[in-house]
Amino acid sequence: MQEKELIPQLYRTEFRKIAAVLCRLFGIEHISIAEDIVGDTFLLAAETWGLKGVPQNPAAWLYTVAKNKAKDFLKRNTIYNEKVSPAIQRTIDQSNEIEVDLSTTNIKDSQLQMMFAICYPGIPPESQIGLSLRILCGFSIDEIADAFLSNKETINKRLYRAKEKLKEDKVRIEMPPDSEIDKRIDNVLTTLYLLFNEGYYSSSQNTILRKDLCLEAMRLNYMLVENAGTNKPDVNALLSLMCFHASRFDARIAPNGELILYEDQDTSLWNNELIVNGEHFLNMAARGNLISKYHVEAAIAYWHTAEKDSPEKWEKVLSLYNRLLVIEYSPIAALNRTYALAKVYGNKAAIAEAEKLDLDGSHLYHSLLGELYTGVDTKSAIKHFTMASKLTKAAAYRKVLLKKIEKLKSK
Amino acid sequence: MKDFVMIYRSEPLGEIKLTPEGTMAVSKEWENWIGGIAAQNKLVSPGARLGNEGRTVKPGNVVTNGPYVEIKEMIGGLSIIRAESIEEATEMAKGCPILNVGGNVEVRDVIPMNG
Repeated sequence: MQEKELIPQLYRTEFRKIAAVLCRLFGIEHISIAEDIVGDTFLLAAETWGLKGVPQNPAAWLYTVAKNKAKDFLKRNTIYNEKVSPAIQRTIDQSNEIEVDLSTTNIKDSQLQMMFAICYPGIPPESQIGLSLRILCGFSIDEIADAFLSNKETINKRLYRAKEKLKEDKVRIEMPPDSEIDKRIDNVLTTLYLLFNEGYYSSSQNTILRKDLCLEAMRLNYMLVENAGTNKPDVNALLSLMCFHASRFDARIAPNGELILYEDQDTSLWNNELIVNGEHFLNMAARGNLISKYHVEAAIAYWHTAEKDSPEKWEKVLSLYNRLLVIEYSPIAALNRTYALAKVYGNKAAIAEAEKLDLDGSHLYHSLLGELYTGVDTKSAIKHFTMASKLTKAAAYRKVLLKKIEKLKSK
Repeated sequence: MKDFVMIYRSEPLGEIKLTPEGTMAVSKEWENWIGGIAAQNKLVSPGARLGNEGRTVKPGNVVTNGPYVEIKEMIGGLSIIRAESIEEATEMAKGCPILNVGGNVEVRDVIPMNG
């Protein structure tokens, strides 16, 4: 393989591994240095491989270079800075040789520990997602900026502030004790859930990038399932939810980036393997008595993978949305509940419920009302779809709405 | 926003025999009622349903049977909701399924109990 294709590919798979190990070794105060060292390693690879050819084992080459750079940093840091962590001090004192352990086990452990360190409630959610993408997923700043529909500068600032805060609060890179895992994992799951949603619902036109975000969230979630100490029912429930949603990824976005609504999707494009995996993780989530919002959402997503319309399906979905809203309110759940209510009790009953919702500023609210008024009152339907098209920020979605208005007007 | 409690009262339902479908329909009504309040982000607590077993403790170690005394009504459950005013809370109560079985809803403002 040419080094031009090889390096980006290795960047995607190896950056995060080396970064996590170095972060854990250096401590939370030196995340940026860890990042720089991995970055420099790849830069050197690009220079050297271009001139001398690609080494026989490129990943091993990267590991060796990163190890040496890390050792250099630690030596310098011990000499000039007494504040180096006692753990590193000890290793150096004992053997006079610094160990940079890039074994599979240590990579995995370091990534899990970093996950808990980054998903720290003291920094805002979008920073947790950004740092996760950078350190745990090896995304470049450009890619993160693209995913957030933002620019490089803003993202750099955001990540810088987050790293400062982690340093300030002396967040430790370690697995929380068993007694605290349930509490701490909540926050990790929230971040993974947001990361997935960022990819699934983002208005970014970059379809490949959006899919990548979803896959990364699933990969990180799967790491928690694979690790005995974190293999909890709600962890499985969230992964199940992601599998069910991801099963529709190819069906919900047209080749031109346009959004295809659920009822218009070609079901043959649904990914059956992911549906089966989703069912497996949902079964695993059923151990224990806890019913989290992820359980309820996964169950809703499960019903959406079932054959198109049946009265049973929508009664179940309505009942699950009722449950979900009692656990935790969200505008999107309130709107979806109303949609399910329409499927069970008819549009008129649902319009009455929708009007109680007080979500006038939401494009999704008007789009729902447009949907409910379709076939009941065409004028009102057009009015609400128009409102929705003015309020939405997503170009792909606006197109869908304008098409609906056209169709109503031509009747 | 203030918290209000909705107290659901009706005649004891023990006498009324429901078919399994009827029971399902009733529980669906209640689920939709609570879900409808939650969808407006106005549910503080779904509260609890109360069973038929009960005792009343009075001064002087007097204990009587049953959750009710002379009145024919008993409290079937309660929920806590959030509303701008007692008027809004009252308006919300008009959709309660207890009304379908001849019961009533008492709406009261909630004052936090300290200590």
